[in-house]
Amino acid sequence: MPDVLRGVKIAATAVREVARGLNMTFRSMFEKPVTISYPEEKRPVRARFRGRHDLNRYENGLEKCIGCALCAAACPADAIFVEAGENTDEQRFSPGERYARVYEINMLRCIFCGYCEDACPTEAIVLGDNYELSFTDRRNAIYTKEMLLKPVPAGGQPTPQTTPPGVYTRSVPAMNNPSD
Amino acid sequence: MSKQVNLTIDNQAVTAAEGALIVDAAKKVGINIPVFCYHPKLEPAGMCRMCLVEIGRPVIDRATGAPVMEGGKPKLQFGPKLETSCTTPVSEGMVVITNSEKVKAARKDVVEFLLTSHPLDCPVCDKGGECPLQNLTLAHGPATSRFLFNEKNHNAKHVPLGDLIYLDRERCIQCGRCVRFQEKIAGDPVIGFYNRGRQMEIVTFSEPGFDSYFSGNTTDICPVGALTSADFRFGARPWEMKATASICTHCAVGCNLAFNVRREVGGKNGSPSKGGIVIKRALPRQNEAVNELWICDKGRFAYQYSESPTRLATPLVRKDGELTPASWDVALEYAAEGLLGESKPGQAKDLLVIGSGRLANEDLFTLRKLAEGAGGQAALYSQSGGGDLLAQVGAAPGTNLASLGKGSVILVVASDLHEEAPIWFLRVKQAAERGATLIVAAGRPTRLDRYAKYVIRYAYGEEAQIVAALGDSPRRAELVEAAKPAAAAKPAAAAKLVEAAKPAAAAKTVEAAKPAAAARLVEAAEAFGKAENALVFFGSDGLGQSGAQSVAQACAQLLAATRHVGRPNNGLIPVWGRANEQGGWELGLKAANLQTALQASTTAYIVAADPYGDDPSLPAPSFLVVQELFLTETARRADVVFPAQAFTERDGSFTSGERRVQRYYPATPALADCRPDYAISAELGQHLGLKLEGRSAAAIFAQIATEIPAYKGLTYRRLAETTNATAIGAAKDPRDAEERRCADLYYSGAGYENTQGLGVQLPLQTLSPALSKPAAAPAAQLSKTGLLAVPVTQLYDLGQTVLPSALLRQRIGEAWVGVNPADAAEAGIEAGAAPAAIVQVVLPGKPEWRAAARIDERTPRGVLLIPRSMGLPLNAPLPGASIRPVVRRDSQEAASQQPA
Repeated sequence: MPDVLRGVKIAATAVREVARGLNMTFRSMFEKPVTISYPEEKRPVRARFRGRHDLNRYENGLEKCIGCALCAAACPADAIFVEAGENTDEQRFSPGERYARVYEINMLRCIFCGYCEDACPTEAIVLGDNYELSFTDRRNAIYTKEMLLKPVPAGGQPTPQTTPPGVYTRSVPAMNNPSD
Repeated sequence: MSKQVNLTIDNQAVTAAEGALIVDAAKKVGINIPVFCYHPKLEPAGMCRMCLVEIGRPVIDRATGAPVMEGGKPKLQFGPKLETSCTTPVSEGMVVITNSEKVKAARKDVVEFLLTSHPLDCPVCDKGGECPLQNLTLAHGPATSRFLFNEKNHNAKHVPLGDLIYLDRERCIQCGRCVRFQEKIAGDPVIGFYNRGRQMEIVTFSEPGFDSYFSGNTTDICPVGALTSADFRFGARPWEMKATASICTHCAVGCNLAFNVRREVGGKNGSPSKGGIVIKRALPRQNEAVNELWICDKGRFAYQYSESPTRLATPLVRKDGELTPASWDVALEYAAEGLLGESKPGQAKDLLVIGSGRLANEDLFTLRKLAEGAGGQAALYSQSGGGDLLAQVGAAPGTNLASLGKGSVILVVASDLHEEAPIWFLRVKQAAERGATLIVAAGRPTRLDRYAKYVIRYAYGEEAQIVAALGDSPRRAELVEAAKPAAAAKPAAAAKLVEAAKPAAAAKTVEAAKPAAAARLVEAAEAFGKAENALVFFGSDGLGQSGAQSVAQACAQLLAATRHVGRPNNGLIPVWGRANEQGGWELGLKAANLQTALQASTTAYIVAADPYGDDPSLPAPSFLVVQELFLTETARRADVVFPAQAFTERDGSFTSGERRVQRYYPATPALADCRPDYAISAELGQHLGLKLEGRSAAAIFAQIATEIPAYKGLTYRRLAETTNATAIGAAKDPRDAEERRCADLYYSGAGYENTQGLGVQLPLQTLSPALSKPAAAPAAQLSKTGLLAVPVTQLYDLGQTVLPSALLRQRIGEAWVGVNPADAAEAGIEAGAAPAAIVQVVLPGKPEWRAAARIDERTPRGVLLIPRSMGLPLNAPLPGASIRPVVRRDSQEAASQQPA
């Protein structure tokens, strides 16, 4: 007798446990999934996420980058390379006298620390939201200025621009107290 | 030794020479007083007030003259205000406090005040990173400013002061270093202050702007980024560049340079740099015995030829009449076959090897070895002569122009130093200002005349006689005698004629000299004879090879007769046209008459020289091998052309005119397939069946050191030695980075430090007895028909090493010929016209040449000044020249515009 009773008890436990397990299964079948179908769907990044760099433009399309190479100096991984050139009113890339003729970031070296952003005197370089960095060749890891520059905003002109003389004389357009 | 003074600076006992400035005395014991306007090489101005310190002086009892004692110590009296330590000389018992609260507050205020009108555009400023204002603001300045930033001065960002230098007026802190440098050191006051107060700005007075050969130095000494060079504008940030030591190749001074290089994608001047290392700028490297802290603009900007896209990159071999690219093996084989001709291996008897002073000692030595081994002849390509004498009478080891002052005499013969060797001009001028007696003997007025105590004018062709007269007292006595009757006849007229140049066609200078001039010659000769130290410079103004040879001979005899030989600060310094001509002479190459030498040989191997470009009428050998940087006229005529490496791409050593052997280092990787000159020569020698060392410059130098007596015991390591610099402000230990930084700050921020070698001066041989006997110099036999065309040197010429520099090219100007107004009038040319009249220059046996006439009194009567390397080949004075006017350009244009 005790054998029968034990057998029933075991069967009941098995049924209960299976039901409980399946309950979890069925419940999660109808739950909203935590995964997303990347790359069709993308999760928004956090506000302070540090992704691929962007080179910003002013509203009129002029580049914010003045080619000062302070980002390159601040970079602990030596990932940034800048070569400066001189603006003229006929061929203006940025306000002031100096612009980045060559601007390259080696994304294989970059550790996304954001020091370049801190060092930038014109807020030209910012670490953006883009984390999709993949290359099949080491050479492709070097992002050039054309790849990093943001598109020209609506109403702006692409660079180089022809500008009236005496307007864009300052590298930092409204130079106020540096503590600002 | 001058009197020493004891003082206390920050509780540290200091002993300094009387007259030394507090700021320098403090520097010597390692106390760095911040300065902006003060520069150790300039007179103090006290303009920036950054160096304010507290100074206490002992109170002196007027009755006794002894210091008043107070508690066993001298009573001190501090001034009510702070004093500038850069203008105050040290005095006995002085107490200086440089770190009190009062001093610190003052510095803070000075920096704050300087920044009230500074744009703070450090990110785009070329000085940013090596800027004394930046560094001293960080060290002493306030973190914030009380001034309103919107009230800053706003001017147009940059103003070109000239073709080479840009000014940013906002950044200027009005220290006046540049103005003082131009006025006091360069003797070229072409810039100055304009306006006052906050409106004060630097302006240039000259046309073209900032017309000075030393203008680049102002960008170095500028303590802010107000003056920037057109070459380096936005080139790179200072911390991104690496410095490589080098030696300037443009004249015999041998200025120490530092090339700042960095890796670059874009390349400049159209050079195809794709990630290669390029030179961003050339800076002076401190060598107190050679160039101090300065270099001329040619040295600073002309290096660009080494990066020119027109350089030869592969060997060329003549195939079917055309020069076609070939591999090194093919080219070497072909060259060797052609040079050997019918003769046995190891023998090429009719071979003429020509090397120029652009080559390193190692190259010239290999060339000589090659010529000797093959049984041919080696020649130095030079328009000058007399280098063989310098081993005996050259500048003795220890010679330093900076140590010449009172009691010394400097004689400059036949040289416009300002054009031929600007740094020597600058240093000779400074020696004269320190009290050295300067004697300038020249055929025409030169810029050095205004610093000279005695100016001696001679007619071209009589240089050697004038020098001989300086050393030969009987001849001088004759001269005075000869001049006497003329003095009695018309003294006033005679006095007038002293300065005026005389016709070359006139009788001998010595006989025709007017009394004042004769007396001056006598006085100069006496000063020279009595001088404690005497240096003689001889150049190439109006001299050819033979002329230079006899001038050198006369100078050597003069020095030997007056016993100015073999001691430091005595001897003969040749103003060669190229960096290493002295090395050529030392290593056994001699300047040869190319006309006869080329006539006598059937094959030639020409290295780093362009004889056919300089004189197309030279005879052509049947087989010609050329080793060059560019496809010159000579290279175009060659059967084989080897591409050589530029001096920036390899190592080697030069021997300067002062016989200082100095080493240079590779700054950039070699262009394409180019090889160093010594390696090509050695390999060519191997193909000829000779065994030559060509593995490295150091190995060849070791060979030179064993084979050439003058170079005995020298090694590359010895050339690279630096001693503790003795100059004020220099880092005591150049290997100490912190000390270097402070030294640089003192000078301006640009890196002047010399850690790669000061060079070694060669010892002199004993004087041969032949030189001790004064011998009459032979008078040059110059025909008296027509005008005498004489070659003169111009710093920026159309040479292969100047043209590729886009910056200097605009400074070269058009071809000119110097004409005396009287001669011009005779030829029917209108003087004083603008633009200058164009004339046709006709020389016997030369093609006609068109040039702008510079008609003024600076050209002596009967003489035509022809600049070298400006289009008309002229290597020696040539009589029988004439000029005729050409219809002026503007009138020609006007004529062509008129309807027919």
